Amino acid sequence: MTNEAKLRFEFDVDGDNFTSAGTASETVKYNLKQLGIAPDIIRRVAIVMYEGEINMVIHAKGGKAVVEIDSDEINITLKDVGPGIPDINLAMQEGWSTAPDNIRSLGFGAGMGLPNMKKYSDKMEIESVVGEGTTVKMCVKIRKEA
Amino acid sequence: MKLREVIEKLNATTVNVSDPEKEIEGGYAGDFLSFVMGKAPENCAWFTVMSNVNVAGVATLAGTGVVVLCEGAKADENLSARVKREDIDLIETDYDIYTAVLKYNNAD
Repeated sequence: MTNEAKLRFEFDVDGDNFTSAGTASETVKYNLKQLGIAPDIIRRVAIVMYEGEINMVIHAKGGKAVVEIDSDEINITLKDVGPGIPDINLAMQEGWSTAPDNIRSLGFGAGMGLPNMKKYSDKMEIESVVGEGTTVKMCVKIRKEA
Repeated sequence: MKLREVIEKLNATTVNVSDPEKEIEGGYAGDFLSFVMGKAPENCAWFTVMSNVNVAGVATLAGTGVVVLCEGAKADENLSARVKREDIDLIETDYDIYTAVLKYNNAD
């Protein structure tokens, strides 16, 4: 694969039910396996994408996920038109969560979503406007720069 | 340790077992899915009381070897159907998590 040859996958993340939550992440994991990407890279992508996908389901009633793959890196863009994040620094703190009790009872809301996304990606950017929505861009490098 | 040995040690009932000879390595105990995603080692036994369908997604993405539902927790209808459909290994035991982990590690 050359640098220019970019694979692109787009997903609509359904925010209506938790039964299908994680479907986009599972599809991406499967596709990366088929492409022969290293298991540790696949695991990192699976973690960051799942956390982002779940956040969109919990907080924003779904959204769009775009995954672009070239020979050097995997870029994931998650875009929603949810309520936005009033204080990103606070949201980035481990253990901070605004998930309601019914969501916590399903095993979510540990306050580790955004911290995991930052920890397991090589680069993460969040743009959020209260009342308009949130876009999260994450990059996982396949090939480390020398 | 082979999956069938895990089943025997935990006196577990099986919801889905893809291959009883599959090797299970190490373990992780916890219910918050983000912790499991970030910390559970691949091919491990994941001890939890969470029994909803999201367990299947996390097991797939984290690549756990087998999900062990403890404390007599039963996979709900959606989870049970999904692990069978996607051939995800999931077993159930009456032991609490602490005891289950001890038995898994031959420390009881």
